[in-house]
Amino acid sequence: MTIGLETLSVGQEIGSRTIEVSRADLVRYAGASGDFNPIHWNGRFAEQVGLPGVIAHGMFTMGAAVQIVTDWIGDPGAIVDYQTRFTKPVVVEDTDGAGAEIQVSGAVGAIDEANGTVRVDLTVTSAGQKVLVKAQALVRTR
Amino acid sequence: MSEHTGVNAALAGRVYPAGEVYTVGREKIREFARAVKATHPAHFDVEAARELGYRDLLAPPTFAIIVAQRADAQLVQDPEAGIDFSRVVHAEQRFTHHRPIVAGDELVAELHVDQIRAMGGGAMITTRAEISTAGGEKTATTTSSILVRGEGQ
Repeated sequence: MTIGLETLSVGQEIGSRTIEVSRADLVRYAGASGDFNPIHWNGRFAEQVGLPGVIAHGMFTMGAAVQIVTDWIGDPGAIVDYQTRFTKPVVVEDTDGAGAEIQVSGAVGAIDEANGTVRVDLTVTSAGQKVLVKAQALVRTR
Repeated sequence: MSEHTGVNAALAGRVYPAGEVYTVGREKIREFARAVKATHPAHFDVEAARELGYRDLLAPPTFAIIVAQRADAQLVQDPEAGIDFSRVVHAEQRFTHHRPIVAGDELVAELHVDQIRAMGGGAMITTRAEISTAGGEKTATTTSSILVRGEGQ
């Protein structure tokens, strides 16, 4: 790894990204992951079970959000632990383009010099609300 | 909680043994990477993965969810569990990688039902998939909490 722990400080920003999400993205994620729960593609069904509409897979959001950590560290295999809570659903409107936007930013949350790891804390919002909470990636730096 | 959701709390502590082997394919890694908008070349180009020291294409950090959710299906589809899948929402997820997953890995998952607790009118179910190679090498531990929403939740 090229990142020296001595160059880092807690609170330092590592990057940010906006992810556009369309209904097609949810269909693609359903196929790739095997999660075909109709709440992620069928608006009638989603509303019948009390949701505001079709919502993104939490795992789509979690999977896409970690990209800024990969971009920062340069090796996706260096992410040794990654966790989150899903607090609010990302409602994806039925439009031709992006039906929702997810904003992701990351900052150094903790530095463990003994183990050579850095915890990156992600802030993930959509429509002004936090959709992931305690989203943390532990990154090995050597 | 059973009167609200039908979830059988007696299943806490149950272990579902490892089922069939999941073989990690290069095209599945590429497909999953595109689906989560991952762009690192190590997910797509074998040479790029090897330059980073991996044997073959590297799986994205959340790829293990495929194996974990197959294991979870044993519980969700268990008639004894009483889980209405249409009322399930994902509440928490964690991946701990003991080593990165690469194409060619043959994986199995043992599913542990760690906790079932009442939450509002619903039930929160926490499962843990211990993922290893068919040869017994520990690969990843995934922990998942799902909320089975009660009426009106």
